[in-house]
Amino acid sequence: MTTILLAVAALFALAAVFGALLGFASEKFRVEGDPIVDQIDALLPQTQCGQCGHPGCRPYAEAIASGEEHNRCPPGGETTVVALSELLGREVLPLDAEEGSAGDIKRVAVIREDECIGCTKCIQACPVDAIVGAAKLMHTVIADECTGCDLCVEPCPVDCIDMVEVAPTLNTWHWQRPPGIGRKPDNQIPVVNL
Amino acid sequence: MNASIGKPRPLFDFHGGIHPPQNKELSNQRPIRQAPLPEQLILPLNMHLGAPAKAIVQVGDRVLKGEKIAEAQGAVSLPVHAPTSGKIIAIGPRPIQHPSGLDAPCIVLEPDGKDLWCELHPLPDWQTCCPPSALVARLREAGIAGMGGAGFPAAIKLSPKPEHKIDQLIINAVECEPYITADDVLMRERAEQIIGGIEILRHILKPKEAIVGIEDNKPEAIEAMRRAATGTGIEIAVVPTKYPSGGEKQLIYMLTGKEVPSGGIPAQIGVVCHNTGTTLAIYRAIVHGEPLVSRITTLTGKALAEAGNFEVLIGTPVSSLLQAASADMNKIGRLVMGGPMMGFTLHSTAIPVVKTSNCILAATAQELPAPATEQPCIRCGSCADVCPADLLPQQLYWYAKNQDLERAQQYNLMDCIECGACAYVCPSHIPLVQYYRFAKGEVRNALQEQQKADRARVRFEARQQRLADEQAEKEARRKARLQGNKPSATPGVDVAALKAASLQASAAYKAAVKALKAAEADGSDQLAALASEVEQLKAKADAAKAAVRDAGNTPSAPVIDVAALKAASLAASAEYKAAVKAMKAAEAAGEDVSALRSAADALKAKADAAKAAVRDAGPATQSAAPSNASATAPEKSDDTAQRAQKMKALKTAFNVSHKQFKEANAALERAERDGSDNLDELRKQVERFKLKSDKAKEALNVLVDQAKADIRASGSDLKSLKIEAAQTEAAARQKARELDAAKINGDDQRINVLTRELEALKREAEVAAGALKAAIDEQGLADA
Repeated sequence: MTTILLAVAALFALAAVFGALLGFASEKFRVEGDPIVDQIDALLPQTQCGQCGHPGCRPYAEAIASGEEHNRCPPGGETTVVALSELLGREVLPLDAEEGSAGDIKRVAVIREDECIGCTKCIQACPVDAIVGAAKLMHTVIADECTGCDLCVEPCPVDCIDMVEVAPTLNTWHWQRPPGIGRKPDNQIPVVNL
Repeated sequence: MNASIGKPRPLFDFHGGIHPPQNKELSNQRPIRQAPLPEQLILPLNMHLGAPAKAIVQVGDRVLKGEKIAEAQGAVSLPVHAPTSGKIIAIGPRPIQHPSGLDAPCIVLEPDGKDLWCELHPLPDWQTCCPPSALVARLREAGIAGMGGAGFPAAIKLSPKPEHKIDQLIINAVECEPYITADDVLMRERAEQIIGGIEILRHILKPKEAIVGIEDNKPEAIEAMRRAATGTGIEIAVVPTKYPSGGEKQLIYMLTGKEVPSGGIPAQIGVVCHNTGTTLAIYRAIVHGEPLVSRITTLTGKALAEAGNFEVLIGTPVSSLLQAASADMNKIGRLVMGGPMMGFTLHSTAIPVVKTSNCILAATAQELPAPATEQPCIRCGSCADVCPADLLPQQLYWYAKNQDLERAQQYNLMDCIECGACAYVCPSHIPLVQYYRFAKGEVRNALQEQQKADRARVRFEARQQRLADEQAEKEARRKARLQGNKPSATPGVDVAALKAASLQASAAYKAAVKALKAAEADGSDQLAALASEVEQLKAKADAAKAAVRDAGNTPSAPVIDVAALKAASLAASAEYKAAVKAMKAAEAAGEDVSALRSAADALKAKADAAKAAVRDAGPATQSAAPSNASATAPEKSDDTAQRAQKMKALKTAFNVSHKQFKEANAALERAERDGSDNLDELRKQVERFKLKSDKAKEALNVLVDQAKADIRASGSDLKSLKIEAAQTEAAARQKARELDAAKINGDDQRINVLTRELEALKREAEVAAGALKAAIDEQGLADA
């Protein structure tokens, strides 16, 4: 009988100790908030273009976290959809984008500076402050900061903003994928069986 | 003799490697020749690894040999010097030494043929004249880049971090790639200068040992170096011929047994490694003061009649060199810069020789046949057997092909040195290196994209913050303006005095009523007298209240004392109730109650009037309230708090007017039931109240939407959102109940109206719930 009582007492003591430990740990190492939104936001391309129907990437990240489809980001393209599917454990969905809005081609806005009337409308529309200029003075786009979101094109009253494809530079160029099995690779790296 | 001859250094063999035909005898049989001066020298601004240099000359400037024409931009960058005297004839894009075939900015120099040096500052007494750091700065100014192929600025390697203690200085003279013999002949002919350069490096780095690693297929070079190194303590280590033993990491491992960590640099394990050509350039930069303006380049390949090594001015176009080596242009199958394993095909002969160009290979079609057709991987594992970096090339191929960058990186894609050994042995002719380069490029691009996205996020958030701040400032200014425009004092009527008088009168009246009640209870016969007195007092109280009311309604007084009006109204209704009670008591006592009844009726009318006054005053004060409240609020109060106040005021206004509307509606119904004759007036009143309540509701909705949008953006004020959501939901439920009731009654018109309203409410409830959810999520993160 004493053995049983001792065992019970010992178990209770253990339970109390571990309970206290767990309670302490849950207070000490509490995770504040919902880190999933941050993780989603980190995967979004941050163009802030609003094509998903949300006023920026973060609001869309929140919407995804609360159940919205994760395939509404045309600038991110398929890559982003796949990455989000992996993160969220959801099915990979086809990209929900209008035709012609290819996400893979990087573009930046370019102002035809001769035609700019200095209305500042594009400056107000730019979500990342990538356009500089002042009222009645010419505006120009900081190409390095432009996310290619398109939002400045619409407000321009004289249609002097073009979305221009970004040409590869020495810093962004990289080797293309070889054409694959059954084809001859591009004549570029000379490694051969001498 | 040197100790290294008697007791050879123990060597560590790295994994894998291949033994391709050397073909070195094509070019190492003749002494170094001077390449002819070309018509133009093309000097790319990025001959080195890192940021391109910035031109500091103008078109038309005359420059002397060795004069700086472009300066370094940033820490990892190098200047460019004029390789000969002449005139700058252009600064602009030209085809350069890059596999992309893209053009890049270059300075074009037209030599004048005089080859006049600018003033040089040699330091023959470098051991004593200046500290090592000054020597390093000089090497940087001399534009010395790693000349083995990568072009890393030598000065950076020579200034290791203080925590990296350098034990070994390794000079890479292995030159393992087939065909190339530039270092070989350099060592044969200029071993003393190379040893001199090593002495300078030892002086700067103070390593425990200095080792020169040479492959055993260069016996003349080894002999020359040993002779030159006699008595210096510099060790000449002979390594077996195996490709790619000249890889920096492979050579370090072979000579020291130490492995450079993944993604790290040799300095982390106490090793600094320099190329032979670089060592010579360092010697010339310090002892002769000459910047890096020329190099030894191997011109080889079976399409050349006079293959060999040339001392070439940096910027000499390949076409000029091919002429010097008597190339048969028809025989050239492929023109390669660099070696046959790691070089790249040139797309134009106008491309200049730069600081890193150790070899120009003009190969015939038989020497370098076109790549074979790619076949499927048969998983033979040959590539893994030869990989000098101990990777799994077949797995990397698989992931690179499918663009599974994450997995490729898990299999250490970035540690691939792109030596080409795997592609060399692949029986399926898979262009493995090109797959890895493609995948590496994708990885780097993804990293760049990520950095850009992070910057965009920061800018976006900064902009949001700025807009919010601007809005707050604007609001504060508007508030200040409003306050300035508001009249400072209430003119005319002293509402407080009036209120006091009214209260007094009503107190007197109450006392009289009490007396009347007491008399009734006592069965006194003075009831009539008392009743008349009560009526008198009541008239007085009425007058006082009316005065208070009038004062309240005076348009010149924007601040209405609603509290006073309310008190008056309460008092009036209390009077009425008391009178009714008295009447009932009198009735019970069997008295004549007609007088009392009329008094009670009068009191009722008065109480109603007082209530109406309070109601009328309500909205007026509400509209005044926000500015009133905000005036007292601290100046720095943000616009959300202000809007919350405004919303509260509007909500009260709406509630008041809605209640009024409901009451008026009830009164109308009562009147309809009683068949009263002033129905029209009542209807008008009902409509007026409805309008008012709708207006208030509209204004409120605008504010609520604004607040919701803001909350979505800013993620604050959860409480108000919760209340909002609960309220809309409750309203929707109530509407639903009303609708049910209407359905039972079968009033079609009403059902339609209610259905529409219910739908609107439901939408609102949804919006509110969504906003709440978003806010909750955001709030959680804001806390994190």
